Amino acid sequence: MAEKTKKFNATSYFDYIQNEKKLMGIRCRNCGELSSTPRPMCPSCHSNDVEWHEFSGKASLSTFTCISVVSVAMGKRGYGRDNPCCTGIVTLEEGPRVSARILGVDGNNPQSIQTGMALVLDPEEIDPEDPSLAFRPA
Amino acid sequence: MATINKKRRLGRAVSIIGAGMSDFGAFKEKDSRDLFTDAFQDMMGHLDQGIDIEDIECGYLGNYSSDLFEHQGHTAPIMADWLGMTPVPMTRIENACASSGSALREGVMAIASGMYDIVLVGGVEKMTNLATDQVTDVLASAADGLYEVPAGLTFPGIFGALAKAHMDRYETNLDHLLKVAIKNHQNGALNPKAQFNVTIQSLMERRKARAQERGQAVPDWQTEMDFLNDPQANPWIAWPLRLYDCAPITDGGSCVLLVASEIAGNFTDKPVHIAGIGQATGRPLHDAEELTSLSSAKAAAAQAYDMAGVTANDISVAEVHDCFTIAEIIATEDLGFFAPGEGPRAVDEGRTARTGDRPINTSGGLKAKGHPVGASGVAQVIEIFHQLRGEAGGRQLSGSNLEFGLTHNVGGTGGTCVVNILRRG
Repeated sequence: MAEKTKKFNATSYFDYIQNEKKLMGIRCRNCGELSSTPRPMCPSCHSNDVEWHEFSGKASLSTFTCISVVSVAMGKRGYGRDNPCCTGIVTLEEGPRVSARILGVDGNNPQSIQTGMALVLDPEEIDPEDPSLAFRPA
Repeated sequence: MATINKKRRLGRAVSIIGAGMSDFGAFKEKDSRDLFTDAFQDMMGHLDQGIDIEDIECGYLGNYSSDLFEHQGHTAPIMADWLGMTPVPMTRIENACASSGSALREGVMAIASGMYDIVLVGGVEKMTNLATDQVTDVLASAADGLYEVPAGLTFPGIFGALAKAHMDRYETNLDHLLKVAIKNHQNGALNPKAQFNVTIQSLMERRKARAQERGQAVPDWQTEMDFLNDPQANPWIAWPLRLYDCAPITDGGSCVLLVASEIAGNFTDKPVHIAGIGQATGRPLHDAEELTSLSSAKAAAAQAYDMAGVTANDISVAEVHDCFTIAEIIATEDLGFFAPGEGPRAVDEGRTARTGDRPINTSGGLKAKGHPVGASGVAQVIEIFHQLRGEAGGRQLSGSNLEFGLTHNVGGTGGTCVVNILRRG
């Protein structure tokens, strides 16, 4: 029951990944819409009758970029001109998409990274101080 | 979604009677108040018939982030003070890079409502105080800070992902992107206010000359494409985007003076009328309907076309939000100038050049003119104002049949889009 009471927000979202290794979104009980980003209102039908929904963590890469001029936060993680950060738009097998870092690929060689490739959630990459969603090739 | 399609009309007609902008560039000695004052004085110095500053009744200022760039909030009253306009109301509008597009819309509605007859709208941004990685972070704060930025996305990153999706879906390639940059620099070279008042060809020649002066090896670039394909000259920012795919970091201000059309004749024989305005919101890229288009741009354009009673085919000239080269290509498709996926071929065929049938970004665009983010929306309107009045100098489009011009101003990655259609008076 405890998990049912978690607020539909980013804190809960990253808690789930870090502590339970689960990628959670919401499902609208009124229209069935799935959202990858938890929120108290269904963005499709406006109902507030939403519930947590666990995604499998299986996904595919829809598009991506390899960022050489990185944010300050990604610079602290060791990304930059010599180690570009590959970030993608990832489509979950259930349909919704997320923005996530793609690990286990060569950011210096974007041609080697294939859109459409199968990915899985990597829940180990969550730093509680600076949570960042990550996937890697399945 | 039903109400977004409602036919909307202004309560009364609104016209632009004057326009001014600061030089765009990097100016160590200027703060945002100096830049906006420059823009205002430029406008006042170019009015067809003067106006008493005391007659300006209200102001709207587009500004994205003076808070983070200059540690200065509550920017609008400072501008009012510097222009000697207090106690006239002045309101800051923040919609990321569409801030002054939205400020213009507020000014139009303030006049259309009947509340005011003469309204100043403009925008300003002072960006070059910060280092590039800090500017990158400030700009990224216009994306979703909970679900996009933590994944490492920067603005070039998000547009890089859009570019990759466009390349996967259509025949778009890296050369198409570079050709947009070459074209916009060619236009910028004709714009004395532009940050890059220079062609890429000239930049290349300068680099070669400098290497020669210093006794260094002179690079073997024969063409602009050689130069742009050299990773030393044009490094990756966010693959598939390189330095020359990105608008620069810019200081600048812009403003226009709006009046009720019924009194426009008191100030000029050549007003430019607001024919249609549209604005819409969109979701982050991961929740977008398509990864190759901005839904807010299509919605804003539909509103503006409907209000103006025109279609894409009636537009003679457009300034679109080329914060990145791919953004210009997508804009020309979202606005209906070309079918989805046809934007790159139009670039290849020169259709978007000043000499083409669909001239885009005659000012040099954000790419070459510069992109002081909060000032860009109104700066786009200024270019159309000049083109429709036949006073765009060396970049003036030929032909006396210029009737309608359009501006397309994007905030974030399409979180906001403002589209304005202007008509020659």
